[in-house]
Amino acid sequence: MSEPQSRTMSSGEFDLSQFHDVFFEEAGDNLASMESLLLALDIEQVDDETLNAIFRCAHSIKGGAATFGFQDVADLTHVMETLLDRLRRHELSITVGMVDTLLESGDVLRQLLAIRQSGSGEAIEVSELVARIRALAQGDAAAPPLAVAPRVAAPEAPAVIATQAPADAVVQPVPESSRDEGAEAVSDAMGGASLAAGERLLEVVVGPLEQPRLADDLADLFSEIPGLGSISPLDDGQLDAQRMRRFRVVTSASDGDLLDLFTFHVAREQVQITTVQSDTPDAPAEVAAAQVETTAEDGSWGLFDTASKAGQPDAESAPAEATPRADSGSPPASVVAATPATVAAVPSVPAAGAAVSQARSTDKSQGANLESSTIRVPIEKVDQLINLVGELVITQAMLAQTGQHLDTMEHQRMVAGLTDLERNTRMLQEAVMAIRMIPMTAVFNRFPRMLRDLAGKLGKKLELHTIGEDTELDKGLIEKITDPLTHLVRNAADHGIEMPEDRLAAGKPEIGTVTLAAAHQGGSIVIEVRDDGRGLNRDKLLRKAAERGLQVSESMSDQEVYGLIFEPGFSTAAEVTDVSGRGVGMDVVKRNITALGGSVEIDSTEGQGMRVSVRLPLTLAIMDGMSVGVGDETYIVPLASVIESIHLAESDVKSVGGSGRLVQVRQEYLPLMQLDQLFDVPRQTAQEGGIMIVVEAEGGRVALLVDELIGQHQVVVKNLEANYRKVPGVSGATILGDGRVALILDVSWLVRRARH
Amino acid sequence: MASILAVDDSASMRQMVSFTLRNSGHQVIEAIDGQDALEKIDTVQVDLVLTDQNMPRMDGLTLVKALRDNDRYRRTPILVLTTESSDEMKQAGRAAGATGWMVKPFDPVRLVEVIGKVLSR
Repeated sequence: MSEPQSRTMSSGEFDLSQFHDVFFEEAGDNLASMESLLLALDIEQVDDETLNAIFRCAHSIKGGAATFGFQDVADLTHVMETLLDRLRRHELSITVGMVDTLLESGDVLRQLLAIRQSGSGEAIEVSELVARIRALAQGDAAAPPLAVAPRVAAPEAPAVIATQAPADAVVQPVPESSRDEGAEAVSDAMGGASLAAGERLLEVVVGPLEQPRLADDLADLFSEIPGLGSISPLDDGQLDAQRMRRFRVVTSASDGDLLDLFTFHVAREQVQITTVQSDTPDAPAEVAAAQVETTAEDGSWGLFDTASKAGQPDAESAPAEATPRADSGSPPASVVAATPATVAAVPSVPAAGAAVSQARSTDKSQGANLESSTIRVPIEKVDQLINLVGELVITQAMLAQTGQHLDTMEHQRMVAGLTDLERNTRMLQEAVMAIRMIPMTAVFNRFPRMLRDLAGKLGKKLELHTIGEDTELDKGLIEKITDPLTHLVRNAADHGIEMPEDRLAAGKPEIGTVTLAAAHQGGSIVIEVRDDGRGLNRDKLLRKAAERGLQVSESMSDQEVYGLIFEPGFSTAAEVTDVSGRGVGMDVVKRNITALGGSVEIDSTEGQGMRVSVRLPLTLAIMDGMSVGVGDETYIVPLASVIESIHLAESDVKSVGGSGRLVQVRQEYLPLMQLDQLFDVPRQTAQEGGIMIVVEAEGGRVALLVDELIGQHQVVVKNLEANYRKVPGVSGATILGDGRVALILDVSWLVRRARH
Repeated sequence: MASILAVDDSASMRQMVSFTLRNSGHQVIEAIDGQDALEKIDTVQVDLVLTDQNMPRMDGLTLVKALRDNDRYRRTPILVLTTESSDEMKQAGRAAGATGWMVKPFDPVRLVEVIGKVLSR
């Protein structure tokens, strides 16, 4: 069978860069897994499975990095792998220092990969880190220092295979001839040779063979490899009495390498190699029959390029462990799952300052996360899909409206079809929106590490609980909620939780707990950040607010007092520690959340702790709205902000000189906003009354005056800014069933405006 | 033109190997680990198996042993492709019945040559 390749190959023909993206994604996953696993390690009671999984993460990254030529990444992962290998074989005991260093290495790897991926960025100096890891790996070195090659990959193409030829010829064990005797006899026949450095002159005897031709194939094979040496027959091309063939070989290759080469065509037992003359004093002249195999120094088994052999130290020689472990049943690297309610773990190593333990996942039986059960899809494709479905919904709404007036009897099929269409469209929309929903795990994941680092920096003892990690949220929201949540968690650690001594003095456990909880509530998701720290002091807050010049009064409710924290300018630079960051105040947090259509509230008990509750709509793209008519225009009021709607009588309206009109609703006086005036829309009737919608946002309420209440329905939110420009008072737009555009009101803006 | 089963838990490696081999006119079936490979090998014609060593669920050598235990695949060439290059590993590979052992990173050109040679035996 002739060889399949029919064209000339050169390395340049294979462009591997197309696989880089997949590798970067994979490496990212592996790094994330590795970090989680490292954080989950219990120093006191090391779990072997975890160590193995961590090892595999590093190993996997190394493989890909080496293959794609990312040498810096490969080098760093290689030395990490060395340490991890010793750890998983129990040759070393794990210490907090090792975990810290490995975590640090993970960070550096992330940076190195980022530089590779973007193709730009300042090169990072890693030699110090590498040396440190190496030192750790040598540890309590009963074993001699590992001779780790500075370069992991063999410079040239590593060579390949030895085959075990099915021994069809019955093999008679070739008698092991005395070396000297044989050498002498042979050298007479072959004549001496002038050898280059490292070369040997050999006699190679092959057989017994059926056909002399088989040995010629061997010679051909030998000759094909550039730089291997020279081979020439010592016989006339015929089999001798014992059906053997003889060759003269000059080479710098070892016997083992030659054997590997020859056993392509013949059985190992059929080859006998004798060194006749050698330039290398310690050339391993092994006899074939002894079946000792040496391996090429680049570690491959079989063929090789002689040029690459010189000076290549063996890759790390790990002390003997017979068989590789079959890694069945170990948690695959890509799964990071935690059960909904995680349990607090025992406090870990009492290292100076930092002592962090993380809520552990009790559910290890998650099972293999087979790649075949998920598909990676670029987010743009999903967004496009959602857009198209949004358009479909609008068209369907229009059809529904047009078909409203059809006579059911006459147009039976049409009407039935439209009904079906509405149902199918609604289901399609729900299904498509569900694609973008991903679990909160994506957000919560970063906090164990962050808390650990914070604990170290602040000298506090911190623990993280997470509840409801499985709760799903639209991907767009997840990205936007991460920063505010990060700030809240930092805040809890920095300002909330007290120093260990203070906690003990207060009769609290030394370790402070920060809890992250997420749950669905109606059409929203509620995310809480709780801590069991010192809580808020109402009086202090009031005083501080007064000092800042904010409007306060003793009659404010607790909620309102706590809410003062969100006022811009509440925290001063003096208070903002390095940890919480400058300029990223709670006011920014609140603004960000509100911009997402959400709300945030604080609750606290002094001395016991604090709870910040963030409420968000499940998705930004679709909203429940109440449509109202003002003059000829239709506006949409977000249903989540609507408190109630009331018929307004003229008598209820009071004018407050200059600053607008107020309306009395039960006990309260609310600012009245006339939308027709606000948006400059001529009203239908000249009447003074109308319908009033009471809406609430940012802790305040206003009453909106409109002409009519049209209805309540789901609308597809279109971004106004993207299609037109930012308009004050308007948060988006939608297309109604009749094809007209309705603007969606920005209730927060309205409330703020009413306050002046 | 042969049918090759490529086994590796890393998607980027699988893609690269597939691309390389298909470019040379071979057919490639991919599997994500030893277990997956065993499930797939009975469903198609396979002339050669190319497998990674370090994989979750079932590693390369376990796969090799499992295949050699099966009459159908006793003679199928199996190449183990891996970053590990220690002596024990190679001996273990031999003992398990691997046809050959190739070290990562590999030169795609070399891989194709080697596979060609193995198949032509």
